[in-house]
Amino acid sequence: MSETTTPSPALPDIEVSADRVASVDTEPKNTFELRDVNVFYGQMLAVKDVSMAIPHNQITAFIGPSGCGKSTLLRSLNRMNDLIPGARVEGDVLYHGMDMYGPKVDPVQVRTVIGMVFQKPNPFPKSIYDNVAFGPRLQGRKGNLDDVVEEALRGAALWDEVKDRLKDNAYGMSGGQQQRLCIARAIAVQPDVILMDEPCSALDPVSTGRIEDLMAELKKTYTIVIVTHNMQQAARVADRTAFFTVLANDETGSRTGVLVEYDLTSKIFSKPDDERTENYVSGRFG
Amino acid sequence: MSTQVVSPGASSSGAPIRNLEAPGPRIGEKIIKAVLWATATLSILVTTGIVISLLVPSIGFFQTVSIWEFLTGTIWAPAFANPSYGVLPIVVGTLTVVVFAIIIAVPVGLSSAIYLSEYAPTRVRKTIKPILEVLEGLPTVAIGLFAFYVLTPLIRDLTPFLPWTGPFSIGVAGITVGLLIVPLVASVSDDAMRSVPRSLREGAYAMGATKFEVAVKVVVPAAISGIIAAFVLGISRAIGETMVVLLVAGAGNPVLSFDPTKGTQTMTAYIGSTATGDISQGTITYDSIFAVGALLFLMTLAMNVLAMRLVKKYREVYD
Repeated sequence: MSETTTPSPALPDIEVSADRVASVDTEPKNTFELRDVNVFYGQMLAVKDVSMAIPHNQITAFIGPSGCGKSTLLRSLNRMNDLIPGARVEGDVLYHGMDMYGPKVDPVQVRTVIGMVFQKPNPFPKSIYDNVAFGPRLQGRKGNLDDVVEEALRGAALWDEVKDRLKDNAYGMSGGQQQRLCIARAIAVQPDVILMDEPCSALDPVSTGRIEDLMAELKKTYTIVIVTHNMQQAARVADRTAFFTVLANDETGSRTGVLVEYDLTSKIFSKPDDERTENYVSGRFG
Repeated sequence: MSTQVVSPGASSSGAPIRNLEAPGPRIGEKIIKAVLWATATLSILVTTGIVISLLVPSIGFFQTVSIWEFLTGTIWAPAFANPSYGVLPIVVGTLTVVVFAIIIAVPVGLSSAIYLSEYAPTRVRKTIKPILEVLEGLPTVAIGLFAFYVLTPLIRDLTPFLPWTGPFSIGVAGITVGLLIVPLVASVSDDAMRSVPRSLREGAYAMGATKFEVAVKVVVPAAISGIIAAFVLGISRAIGETMVVLLVAGAGNPVLSFDPTKGTQTMTAYIGSTATGDISQGTITYDSIFAVGALLFLMTLAMNVLAMRLVKKYREVYD
């Protein structure tokens, strides 16, 4: 847990291996910087002392056992936690250097810049077209949105499958298509970041593969942070991986998530520094 | 040729082979099924009985008065020496009540439901919701008295520019009925909106929707079938409401008028004020009550059918 004691968070040292030269910028810009972030639900400390930097135009994965706070931390990156009564964030969450919890920051505006895709596909019970046009319409765009809808659906690799049935209800699609529709819907808002909270956990392996391919494409345009239960998925798609675990306090019965190790994905999965990380990624759950 | 069944792992370990047949006839199940069927059928039988009991005297009525005269006549005076059976005045009375009730109950009921479901903190909701449910059950005669002695003078004082005459007003009756059904509309709509999955709201919030946009563009459309059901329940009550209308709009002679400041009768008020002990069976007046009742039944039925069509057309299925 060297990160938690570092006064100013830096990206983990980058060992540029041959297969990563193309995708890892040696001096990447940081989209997010977290400094000593604590997330509370009422009196309960859900995530403790997280400090990390999340680089621009890369895929960063949060992995770890259930209850380790990875989803909670993800939701603090676009202020979705504001919707839960009693939730609060301490420490600094900086987005391109701006304090995301500053007094002038509007959570509604934040979410137009930092979009989110959820665990279970949650299209609106409207047509495919109206789902994608929902965000642009919220932003006050009127009239013909055909171009916007087509572009977003192409961006989510869904256009060819649905171009002839844009007026059909989104609930007639398969689960994998619904999830890509949710990605298209997020893209249509033209965000800078897309947060993904276990986006493939409700999908079959073929649909999962398609979404993973799509993510590799999306990171050219967007910064992606993904929470996943699936370690192989993190290994396949992520540039960097953060491993979290749960600390149980036997006296109070509370369970708090902590960041154990954060590094290049190849390092996390081949020679992690922390024994707990090694036990987890090798399947010996710790 | 016999098929080779491959068992995984170890062979049979000598465990006893267990019986797969039912231990005996399950009579209890059959009895319960019959009782449930009977209760479900009861309501259908009762409805059929009501329709028949309305139709039989109505047929007698329409042997004297033509359906055309009944539906298009503009004077309703069945008890007069020179009787007239044009039902329009009391139909207009009922429609006036319904229109005023909708004007009050739909916006107020829907806004209350949006507040309760989307904005109210849990504690507030848990306080208000039972109060609404109690209000739904208030005796309408008490509400009628309140409306006659408190609401009517208040509305008159607030609108001195209107041509008020006499103590009764069909418009005030409609407003009262509207207030009466607000708790019902609010409570049923709230239930419908609360059952919209949280994930849909989160999806909209994550795209930068405000609380109001989430409520109006996601939750209300997704709950629309339940909300329309709430409106239909409310309007049905407005059509059927008798006591408030008798007290507030009076039971005087119905005159075909669209003036809400005047007192008049509605269809239910006519039935309620005429079906007293001193009406003799077999008279045309007696039969007229049932003809009005049958028309009332048809109007409610038509509205329910219309509502079902609306629900089918605008329904957003989220599962």
